[in-house]
Amino acid sequence: MKKILIQFAHPAFHKSRINKELLKDIELIDGVTLRNLYEEYPNFHIDVKYEQQLLVEHDILIWHHPFYWYSAPSLLKEWIDLVLEHNFAFGKNGTALKGKLVMSAITAGGSKQAYTKEGYNHCLIHDLLLPFRKTAELCKMKYLPPFVVHGTHLFDIEKTKKMADDYRKLLISLRDDVFELKQFGQCRYSNDLLETSKI
Amino acid sequence: MHQQDFFYQAVIYLLAAVVSVALAKRLGLGSVLGYLLAGIVIGPFVFGLVGSEDSSVMHFAEFGVVMMLFLIGLELRPSLLWKMRKSIFGLGGLQVLLTTLIIAAIALGFKSSFKESLAIGLVVALSSTAIVLQTLTEKGLIKNEGGKASFSVLLFQDIAVIPILALIPLLAPNGIEVANDHATHGIAALPGWQQVLIIIAVVAGIIFIGRFLARYIFRVIASSGMREIFTASALLLVISTAIAMDMVGLSPALGTFLAGVVLADNEYRHELESGIEPFKGLLLGLFFISVGASINFNILFENPVSILVFLVILVAVKFTVLYGLGKAFGLKKGNGLLFSFALAQGGEFAFVLISFSSQNKVLSDELSGVLLIVVALSMLITPFLLIINEKFIQPRILFNANKEEDADEIEDSENQVIIAGFGRFGLAIGRFLKANGIHTTVLDNNSANIEMLRKFGFKVYYGDATRHDLLLSAGIKNAKILIIAIDNEEEILKLIDYVKDKYPHVKILSRSKGLRHTFELKKRNVFAERRETYDASIELATTAMHELGYSKYQAYSSARTFKKHDELVLEELYQLWGKDEQKYISEAKRFSEQLRNLLLSEEENFYEGVDSAWDVQTLRDEVLENYNKQQD
Repeated sequence: MKKILIQFAHPAFHKSRINKELLKDIELIDGVTLRNLYEEYPNFHIDVKYEQQLLVEHDILIWHHPFYWYSAPSLLKEWIDLVLEHNFAFGKNGTALKGKLVMSAITAGGSKQAYTKEGYNHCLIHDLLLPFRKTAELCKMKYLPPFVVHGTHLFDIEKTKKMADDYRKLLISLRDDVFELKQFGQCRYSNDLLETSKI
Repeated sequence: MHQQDFFYQAVIYLLAAVVSVALAKRLGLGSVLGYLLAGIVIGPFVFGLVGSEDSSVMHFAEFGVVMMLFLIGLELRPSLLWKMRKSIFGLGGLQVLLTTLIIAAIALGFKSSFKESLAIGLVVALSSTAIVLQTLTEKGLIKNEGGKASFSVLLFQDIAVIPILALIPLLAPNGIEVANDHATHGIAALPGWQQVLIIIAVVAGIIFIGRFLARYIFRVIASSGMREIFTASALLLVISTAIAMDMVGLSPALGTFLAGVVLADNEYRHELESGIEPFKGLLLGLFFISVGASINFNILFENPVSILVFLVILVAVKFTVLYGLGKAFGLKKGNGLLFSFALAQGGEFAFVLISFSSQNKVLSDELSGVLLIVVALSMLITPFLLIINEKFIQPRILFNANKEEDADEIEDSENQVIIAGFGRFGLAIGRFLKANGIHTTVLDNNSANIEMLRKFGFKVYYGDATRHDLLLSAGIKNAKILIIAIDNEEEILKLIDYVKDKYPHVKILSRSKGLRHTFELKKRNVFAERRETYDASIELATTAMHELGYSKYQAYSSARTFKKHDELVLEELYQLWGKDEQKYISEAKRFSEQLRNLLLSEEENFYEGVDSAWDVQTLRDEVLENYNKQQD
């Protein structure tokens, strides 16, 4: 059983219906640790040593955040800047994270259609997440395809619950090593694996 | 002396001092000249108000010199003194030697005997510590290179008095009984090696007491909180040191100087200074007056030409020797001239040496009389020489030498931050800065903390932080920032007014006791001010908000926004306060008035929530609208 660390960053969590649903009781799943970064570090003063220790203790890291301006809220960037230190996460002696898995779990207002070459944004989510992927690679980690919730503004209760259920399933299969790395390589979103495998 | 006589004398001296010093200061002549002239006026040759007893007065007043050297010692750390060793012994030694030889040679030319000539040389080689240091300090020149060189030479001369006193009886013409004043002293009867041992023991005792015991003694005394007891103990220290030195045959001035140096690192140094200072000032004044009163103008009028010739020779020789040595020891022209003008006179030691020589029949009574007046006149003209130097010669040098100033003169590396007041408010500031490797100088009058703080590397001065002299010795001149953390509103304002006036370059960061105080601070244009309880209140409010279910980040951001909002409100209220400052009457009324204004202004300045950027309803509505359009 692998251990999963969810680093959740949302400055207005109290307003986000989707994320409340996604994260509801999520830490009750065996092997999952949930960290609400804006609650831990409201003044952006990050406890670097403690964060590093958490990383070491877990096998899979999830950056969970709304897709603000095609990126993450500022505190998550601060976290990346400070926690992934040289000679800890990268560099000649920076092997603490080597071989671990990373995945982005994002909620986006735009539809899946909007994030295509032909769509409104003329760009894939995959491409926009490039900085995160490169960050993971520099730290010798494997960057999995993202878990994406599209079109959040138009969600109703049903759809929200379905998404939350998917997220939960994905976490459990990651924990239990259900998929092979090869399978991840073949899909655009990690969501897709759930469709094909029908857990 | 009858008591009435005593008060009568006191009134004359004090009146003369008050009138003439005030006048002299007004005319820009300096206090020393004022005192000297006062002495001449009340002396036997003008009004004759004082006369016969004045040598005893002078003897008593010489103690002012002892105190002055103690105070100078306090300013000099041992390490600093060690750095000066070259100029003390090199410059000072050569000055005494060369001056003695040249004067003696000239005296030989005037057909004095060899022994007589040598005695004259020795007597006038010494300069006046009292006049020179008092004048240079008053002019603020003591810290510049010329002033420091002068001080070194004077220090050497103080040391040199002792061997000279031993030498003079040897110069007595053969067959004349030696009246050795020194033989009457306690330990002179002992064999030489025992004398040396006793001297070493006494000096070691002074060092031991000053270095290790004084701190504890002063702490006990300071904690009594009585200033006069502190003053009394300071006087006790100086006088007993002087007596101890006198008993072993060393110069009391030198002894107290040594005591001062040993205490220079002591945190109560400043209290000692302010305790001794007034006594020193009065005694020195008295000393100068008695010098003035002792000038025997009869001798001058009997023989004006030759006395003036002697005076010119004395000053010219001393000046030339000093100037040459100054140059050889690398003094720049301006400093060299100051040094030479300052020391070109005979000194108070000459009076002692002349009477001692005449007792020993080394000098005839007639010659002694002439020498006395020449020395006294040379002392009298010193302030004038320095004024000439300052007003006419230095400006020309400055003009010629295109301002290559000595930037390397700051000897003490002083901290850039001074914290006035080290109670609960100042402590947090000091700790924080120290944690960041920023050294601070702390002024506090709680003696219980001082010892401990020093151990942790704070530079601490004991005393009332609003005292001007304390600020000065804490290095306000070179400080960048003064953080005022004292508790008393009025004291804070007073301190700000003073520092703003005298040291406008210092940035003032001040504790504020409340809204009205903040306005007073803003009015004085302090660099920054902080209400003492404000930040803590907001912090607690933030915690309360979180407990009520707001996220930590929400509460934190709200606090930030509120502080910003508060600045606006404050500014508005300040404008209002400026307008009707006069209107408010009672403190209670003022407070409720302000509260009303505060709340009013609160309503007017819209306080906007923090997270209107994220997950906003307007965006949702827009997306929904577009979606519905597409569906149609």
